[in-house]
Amino acid sequence: MSPIYLDNNATTACDPAVVEAMLPYFTEQFGNASSMHSFGNKVAQGLKEARVAVQKLIGAEFDSEIIFTSCGTESDSTAILSALKAQPERNQIITTVVEHPAILALCEHLEKEGTVVHRLKVDKKGRLDIDEYKSLLSPRTAIVSVMWANNETGTLFPVEQMAAMARTVGAMFHTDAVQAVGKVPIDLKKSKIDMLSLSGHKLHAPKGIGVLYLRRNTRFRPLLRGGHQERGRRAGTENSASIVGLGKAAEQAMEYMEFENTEVKRLRDRLEAGILAQVPHAFVTGDPANRLPNTANIAFEYVEGEAILLLLNKQGIAASSGSACTSGSLEPSHVMRAMGIPYTAAHGTIRFSLSRYNTEEEIDRVIEAAPPIIAQLRKLSPYWNESGPTAAEQAFAPAYA
Amino acid sequence: MWDYTEKVREHFFNPRNAGPLDGANAVGDVGSIQCGDALRLMLRVDPETERILDAHFQTFGCGSAIASSSALTEIVKGMTLDEALQVSNQQIADYLDGLPPEKMHCSVMGREALQAAIANYRGETWVDDHEEGAMVCKCFAVDSVLIEDVVRANNLTTVEQVTHYTKAGGGCCSCHEGIEEILSNVSAERCTAPMPPSLADAPKPAAQPIAIHVTKPATEPAARPRLTNFQRMRKIEETIEAIRPMLQRDHGDIEVVEIDGKNIYVNLKGACQGCMMEQATLSGIQAQLVDALGEFVQLLPAGMLGLSARR
Repeated sequence: MSPIYLDNNATTACDPAVVEAMLPYFTEQFGNASSMHSFGNKVAQGLKEARVAVQKLIGAEFDSEIIFTSCGTESDSTAILSALKAQPERNQIITTVVEHPAILALCEHLEKEGTVVHRLKVDKKGRLDIDEYKSLLSPRTAIVSVMWANNETGTLFPVEQMAAMARTVGAMFHTDAVQAVGKVPIDLKKSKIDMLSLSGHKLHAPKGIGVLYLRRNTRFRPLLRGGHQERGRRAGTENSASIVGLGKAAEQAMEYMEFENTEVKRLRDRLEAGILAQVPHAFVTGDPANRLPNTANIAFEYVEGEAILLLLNKQGIAASSGSACTSGSLEPSHVMRAMGIPYTAAHGTIRFSLSRYNTEEEIDRVIEAAPPIIAQLRKLSPYWNESGPTAAEQAFAPAYA
Repeated sequence: MWDYTEKVREHFFNPRNAGPLDGANAVGDVGSIQCGDALRLMLRVDPETERILDAHFQTFGCGSAIASSSALTEIVKGMTLDEALQVSNQQIADYLDGLPPEKMHCSVMGREALQAAIANYRGETWVDDHEEGAMVCKCFAVDSVLIEDVVRANNLTTVEQVTHYTKAGGGCCSCHEGIEEILSNVSAERCTAPMPPSLADAPKPAAQPIAIHVTKPATEPAARPRLTNFQRMRKIEETIEAIRPMLQRDHGDIEVVEIDGKNIYVNLKGACQGCMMEQATLSGIQAQLVDALGEFVQLLPAGMLGLSARR
């Protein structure tokens, strides 16, 4: 029985064509792009082509707006720290409570050093309140950083509208788009977005390569200094093989964009409907009407996520969970808590994230496997009684820690 | 993925004694849904001998929580209640050939359920006195609550001391930032030195570089008569004198070194010197001086004396 990989928001498999494009850069094309001889020249040519491919994928106006970094987190950190350093007269950040830790942990750290951080709340479906956002924008806002799509629920934020609003007060706008790039069409030249982060391994390129899009004429301070690479905006010898791989992956993502939004979406919807039809006390989290085509996040009440994952894994099915236990922290996912999902459900959230490689047979196998697992765990749960949650009068009420 | 032992996996995939128990006469409910763990332990106890004839469990929780519950029921079956009370959480973990440090609380929950069930049988109420914090030191499995308690009880001020008392931070050192944060939080709440108004009610200290910290005078400066140089110096001295006892209570002190226009240079001494709250203390005193003088002044460490002279 071949394993089924439904954890593509965590990371994706490297596409075989990407691997093939990369291989020469480990052997004959080992040169340093900065060198004057022919060894370096060909590598420089490879980087140039990759830069153009990424430029096309996100609709940037100029290829020089693409800065290669080591990962999405580096891009995020570079963007926010640069905005603060380049605009000393502005010391406020606006972000959201559901951002990736790459943004949240950095903001928390900056807060201790005196930066003022505003975090936009979300409603039950994970949506932002634009009026609240508007009221927080001010001439003191250095940067707004809002993710394009949420990694746990796939919910999309209106970043283009928000970027235009940020521009009216002269604030920079950054979006962490690692989940969105390659899954939803992006045309940056038509937007007011100043900076965008993307990560190679989320779109079938290898790990260890990311991009920071930096709009021309945006004030910038590099994170790493020490070389002229990337026009001095990101020093350090280029990761040429991975950059070329990302270029290939970007080309393919363009090709499959339509497929992502039709076929992958159809499979996702089939999976979701198939499971929900069989499992009572389960619901989709986030905003089902406005989300990534590949993501389904289902909360199974009265059972715990890690236990579900272990049993799914036994049957070769890979997914992920927002439960506290999978991360070793005490609290369940901050995204689920922000949406006000009750603890009994938040611990039992499972994210299935598909890719263009998933097949209908695989999806049908998951639809068959998941419901018995939930039933088996509910039998063990003190919150569950034969066929439903325990009635209020005999409800499980432990001595809380 | 967690590095579970074969035994943990086995007990998770094939839990023993799962589900409700008919004729249970001792039930212990513990855990916290917030932490994602809840356990009901059901025992059938022979009233004559106080021996546990059967034990079942129901658990909401992760793999190791279910495995720990399963192990617990196996361990206590056949024991008398007094014997069962001696079962430690380490015994449960050992039965499973060990648990990852972050998952040790699963075994703690098992032991607590056992105590709660026995209390229930004996008609007593069991009070949970165990509080758990976020895991700080992963090398030695030390959580934030333990570190905070020890810091508070022993007046610890450095990471090194915390390591000596709790082992936390003695391994890979990656948690030193977290330990420093606990230290500064505890010292902030204990410190009796003046705080700048912005920090006085904030729970967490936020270090602010004093040079850019501008505190608006509480009263309109223009409303007051201008002080002569001598009056002004006296006023500064009086204000500082009034603050010194507070600092001395924390085994610290302050002395004025030089007054140069709006710049007042001071030395922090004793415990205040190098204290994590140094900046906040200076800001607090500065706010009081501004208030007393009715003009903006800047309190600077004496070390900066030479620096500004060059400017």
